[in-house]
Amino acid sequence: MISGFILRALEGRIVVTVGILLAVAIIVPALNLLTAPDSALHIPTYAMALMGKYLCYALLALALDLVWGYCGILSLGHGAFFALGGYAMGMYLMRQIGSRGTYGNPDLPDFMVFLNWKELPWFWYGFDMFPFAMLMVLVVPGLLAFVFGWFAFRSRVNGVYLSIITQAMTYALMLAFFRNDMGFGGNNGLTDFKDILGFQVQAGGTRAVLFAMSAIMLALCLIVASAITRSKFGKVLVGVRDAESRVRFLGFRVENIKLFTFVVSAMFAGIAGALFVPQVGIINPGEFAPANSIEVVVWTAVGGRGTLIGPIIGAILVNAGKSYFTGAFPEFWLFALGGLFIAVTLFLPKGIVGTIQHGWNARKAMKAAADAEKGRNAGAAPVTQQAQAAE
Amino acid sequence: MNTIAETRSKSLLYLEDVSVSFDGFKAINSLSLVVEPGELRAIIGPNGAGKTTMMDIITGKTRPDTGKVIFEDTIDLTKKDEADIAQLGIGRKFQKPTVFESHTVWDNLELALNRSRGVFATLFYTLSADDKARIEEILSTIRLTHRAHEYAANLSHGQKQWLEIGMLLAQEPKLLLVDEPVAGMTDAETAETAILLREIAKTRSVVVVEHDMSFIRDLGVKVTCLAEGSVLAEGSIDFVSSDPKVIENYLGR
Repeated sequence: MISGFILRALEGRIVVTVGILLAVAIIVPALNLLTAPDSALHIPTYAMALMGKYLCYALLALALDLVWGYCGILSLGHGAFFALGGYAMGMYLMRQIGSRGTYGNPDLPDFMVFLNWKELPWFWYGFDMFPFAMLMVLVVPGLLAFVFGWFAFRSRVNGVYLSIITQAMTYALMLAFFRNDMGFGGNNGLTDFKDILGFQVQAGGTRAVLFAMSAIMLALCLIVASAITRSKFGKVLVGVRDAESRVRFLGFRVENIKLFTFVVSAMFAGIAGALFVPQVGIINPGEFAPANSIEVVVWTAVGGRGTLIGPIIGAILVNAGKSYFTGAFPEFWLFALGGLFIAVTLFLPKGIVGTIQHGWNARKAMKAAADAEKGRNAGAAPVTQQAQAAE
Repeated sequence: MNTIAETRSKSLLYLEDVSVSFDGFKAINSLSLVVEPGELRAIIGPNGAGKTTMMDIITGKTRPDTGKVIFEDTIDLTKKDEADIAQLGIGRKFQKPTVFESHTVWDNLELALNRSRGVFATLFYTLSADDKARIEEILSTIRLTHRAHEYAANLSHGQKQWLEIGMLLAQEPKLLLVDEPVAGMTDAETAETAILLREIAKTRSVVVVEHDMSFIRDLGVKVTCLAEGSVLAEGSIDFVSSDPKVIENYLGR
């Protein structure tokens, strides 16, 4: 059952993308670690860290595509799930600092000592254990998505109203995490990380492994997303997007379908956040900023929503552009981003991958029509047989 | 299987004294209606007579203010929601053809098939030989076998209507509610649809809401005329269309 579910995921484009990601997971760290710094093939550590960041963003965009592209839920709060995953990882990393902090307290992170706290708050328990922290990376965003979705989907909040409350959710979380007495480091967030699983976070080898993990997790999540969207459930999802009432009157529980997808998507976003934090070395409430979530929507739209591969490409391209622009013409970046979104909406409404796919399908259809014409002339195979073979 | 329930069952659908109002406007006004098992029933009436609201009430989209809506003598439909009611065996065709345009005709039918509809059941679903045969059978019933693997978006208006009827068949309902099935169809398509509905009514009850009087005549069944939210007349098409109240309220206009 499970194997059939996963096998169905392995469609041509997905296999190619997974292959590329796995190759990247090996080649980039190898070029970083094994070549001399003056070699032409050498990838400097800062570039690898940057690419690792893009891969995390790509995973976040993939998560959004699952709910927006397939289920029609435009979430403007996916940054919140990303940040929560990041905080869960950050809490683990904080606990690993131990007595090496400025105040030398073996149990309390520096900011708690500074706030004169005497003991660890209950919600920090367990985060010194890596498996528990990794579980929380999935559970915390998943639980928030579950509770939020439970109420929103049950009361049939749809369209722009849902977008607005997701935006409000991430904004509320940002305000909450800014407060010192929340116990998450307030304004400064969590930083000054030392070790992950006993390895130095800043060490070259650790960075290489983190990069490889980002690529591998992206590949894994892509396979899972593809398996979901290519199953009958995935077809129901698209049905919900295109004709929700029809799905309801066919006897499906639309709220459960949306809830499941929203929770899976939030978990993907959490994984992305958890991989992001050790690579950039900090997590602070700024990650909850509404603008971040909106940027994810732009990446997804640019790449092509409802294509899975598109958002990955979109996230990498837009962020590479951002890195270039903010270096070369810092004051123009926001204009470029705004312009890009307008241009894509006007000229490429299906996004990059969507447009290519559309052109490809049109060509295939034309060819099939021409073949059918030929076939009819020769008095050969009727169209239905051909179509069945395609199935 | 449930022969006892079936033999005891006198009505498939039973509406008694149902009323609903929107902002003071009585869309349905103490409406009573009985549909028997295996019956094909036509419902006519002027715009605003409450035909679509009645379907909304039966399918759980709208809750009535007062009155009883009973399915198979025992099940109170006013306590259930759309998904429950659909799973009980009431299928609904919308006025505007509503199919999944970005899916193929085949996939549309596959989604509608009466199989377990839970999240995990659909995630791990694989097409069985039985299901395949059933889909092929429906395809031939709705005359779309040759277009099975095309996107539903590329179908003509009439074909979309048929596809939606096919989806309802795949759902294997006991009662089919059909809202204006021939609106916008050519004459040939209309005649074909009448044949199709009569074929379907052999194995289940069908309620058709329609404006097209010649189509109703083609169906040749018991007719209920609604006006201002209640039943005005009921009987054969000739009986109803000669009723002075019906002429005044509906046909005369």
